[in-house]
Amino acid sequence: MNGARMGTLASLRGSIARIEAPLEAAMPNRIALGHAGADAMLRGGLAPAALHEVFAAGHQSGAATGFIAGLAGRISVRKPLVWVRQDFSDRENGALSMRGLAELGLDPRLLVVVRAADVDSGLRTAADALACDALGAVVLEIWGQARQLDLVASRKLTLAAQASGVTALVLRIAAAPIPSTAETRWIVRAAHSPPGQAASAWGAPRVEAELVRNRHGPVGRWIMEWKCDECQFSEPSAHPQPVAAAPAHRPHQAQARAGHRLAS
Amino acid sequence: MVAKDHNAILLHAIDEAAVRAGLSIGLPLANARAICPELTVYDADPAADLKTLNDIADWCDRFTPLVALDAPDGLFLDITGCAHLFGGERALLQIVTHALSRRGFAVSAAIAGTSIAARTLTRHASGKIVADGEEAAAVGPLPVSALGADAAITTGLRRAGLKSVGDVAARAPHEISARFGAAFTSLLGHALGRGDAPISPRKPLPDYIVEKRFPEPIATDTVIALTLSSLAKMLVAAMDKQGKGARQLEASFFRTDGAVRAIMVETGRPVTRPEMIDRLFRERLDALNDPLDPGFGFDLIRLAAGRTEIVVQQQRDLDTSVHDNDEISALIDRIAARIGGKRVVVHLPLESHIPERTALALPAQHHLAAASAAAWPERVMGEPPLRPLRLFEQPEPIKVPFASVPDGPPHQFTWRRALHAVVRVEGPERIAMEWWKQDGAALTRDYFRVEDAEGQRFWIFRDGLYESELRDEEGKSVPAHWYVHGLFA
Repeated sequence: MNGARMGTLASLRGSIARIEAPLEAAMPNRIALGHAGADAMLRGGLAPAALHEVFAAGHQSGAATGFIAGLAGRISVRKPLVWVRQDFSDRENGALSMRGLAELGLDPRLLVVVRAADVDSGLRTAADALACDALGAVVLEIWGQARQLDLVASRKLTLAAQASGVTALVLRIAAAPIPSTAETRWIVRAAHSPPGQAASAWGAPRVEAELVRNRHGPVGRWIMEWKCDECQFSEPSAHPQPVAAAPAHRPHQAQARAGHRLAS
Repeated sequence: MVAKDHNAILLHAIDEAAVRAGLSIGLPLANARAICPELTVYDADPAADLKTLNDIADWCDRFTPLVALDAPDGLFLDITGCAHLFGGERALLQIVTHALSRRGFAVSAAIAGTSIAARTLTRHASGKIVADGEEAAAVGPLPVSALGADAAITTGLRRAGLKSVGDVAARAPHEISARFGAAFTSLLGHALGRGDAPISPRKPLPDYIVEKRFPEPIATDTVIALTLSSLAKMLVAAMDKQGKGARQLEASFFRTDGAVRAIMVETGRPVTRPEMIDRLFRERLDALNDPLDPGFGFDLIRLAAGRTEIVVQQQRDLDTSVHDNDEISALIDRIAARIGGKRVVVHLPLESHIPERTALALPAQHHLAAASAAAWPERVMGEPPLRPLRLFEQPEPIKVPFASVPDGPPHQFTWRRALHAVVRVEGPERIAMEWWKQDGAALTRDYFRVEDAEGQRFWIFRDGLYESELRDEEGKSVPAHWYVHGLFA
């Protein structure tokens, strides 16, 4: 092998190493969620200027809304947040409550809600909002299996997010995941309060977040607790098990859950 | 045309052939039929007449922004300072009468120094132009009916032997006032050019108007867009001289066949850049349900700034927050232009303990500054959330089979056909309704925060207190209704 070819090969190797290098180390501008396990898996946290999808498991809109509100709160600190939602979603799942948002430690003053009549106008508004670099994040809340939210639409949102540096968060309720250009995709369901305490104990909001897609890394599943005072996620502190025992009267669910390997 | 008046069917309007046949307005239909058996009769439609008059007024907007209706069949145009744009008063009068008669209307028009004098002239001498100060001479020979006073007054004048306006004017004013009232005296004065009654234009006068006329009508989207952007530049240049920015803009498109389409956009803060105006209109035009129909083309496009404000110039380069605020209000304006201002909202806190009345959604365009300075109640540190993240506008009824104690929480409930077993409960939190506002119609609610077997958290309440509120007319206790009001994260 002559020297010139060796040189070419070396420079190619070098450029590959340069391309891959940032992926190996923790990204500097990642936004940490606060949950150590998830942050490690995401290499430092959620990537800004990208599209992230959150799916509510079944119709559990409350937990998914809490999770995405938490993500939005982590990403857009002191920056305005635009929340685009579909009219039907309000009727089906209730409207976003400002008092509830304040109770989670988020700031209702920084929130602009866009009441889109349908999916099309919601998508278009979200893409518009993503072009505005003064925002912290844009949340798009869509109910049902909307066929408009296809690969093309998610590509548009991703490009808009990359161009402006604003993070796009898509909340899907009563929908099954389809291929998209999302950086991460989560399926969120409600999690139990820590067992063993009195029946009246009512803890911090807690969700079971399953990372089913991660473009640049492995996936996993965690129980996360939202710390309202610190405004961040954390490990479920009160008990060691990652998942509470499956309800005794639902044997089929208990079996299904035993099949998964849970990462904690 | 016939109309019913006091149970008698009278002629309401007639055409020239009917006039030749000897009919007159106000004649009972039966008499008219007797005079002219082959009469074709239609029902009068005053609403449609008024709409036509309004459409004509829309069309007249191209001559002057000050157009007033004089129902049922008249229009006042204040052409002060406008006539020279159309080649003088006579040319303007000709344009108006020609255009309208070409469309099949019977027109009679006149120009005079006061609106009443002009109206009086149109009743008998169409096409007359009276210079200032000559109203009395022009109006004098006309019959008193031309004044347009009440029928009783006109008859009274005729009975008194005062046939023409000049006759009436020759009498001493106090005599006329004593007999026919002060209102008639002032009407007479206005008709003779002594003082003027203000007309009430249909639309408020915009602060700034720019417009472009086309000898050859335009119809393509490209040309329309180009015209709008050049008009925007002219408008901004005009406003800029006085340091103003537009809060409300209206573009009017005048079609060659007389139809006028007006499109309005509003902004959250004064607009001072032509490209912003351009973009807002593009958004608005794209989102129209019934797109702009050029028909045979537009021959006039007008851009008016309806409401303007003085712009406070701010340092832009160093302070990024100013830039950010500008960006956000521009974004809100764009979204609002497309989907409507009421659909982009911010929330202000309300002083109320009723859960559904704790926040007020207001259009973001107008209340962005107020919302960003609002004082929301502080959360209690260390407490889990006490209010749900999602709140149903209408609490949804749930089925509760039984509760262990009458005013205790349920063990299970059915919501949307799914059974939820209650594992954890916190409550009750009792919220009484505002009895001072609605005399006891709403019942006190006992709210519970419950968690079901899957970990979902609900905010449910029982409507009414046992023993005291939940009773029918005979005093027997009735079962309570339960509702789910919100979902916790």
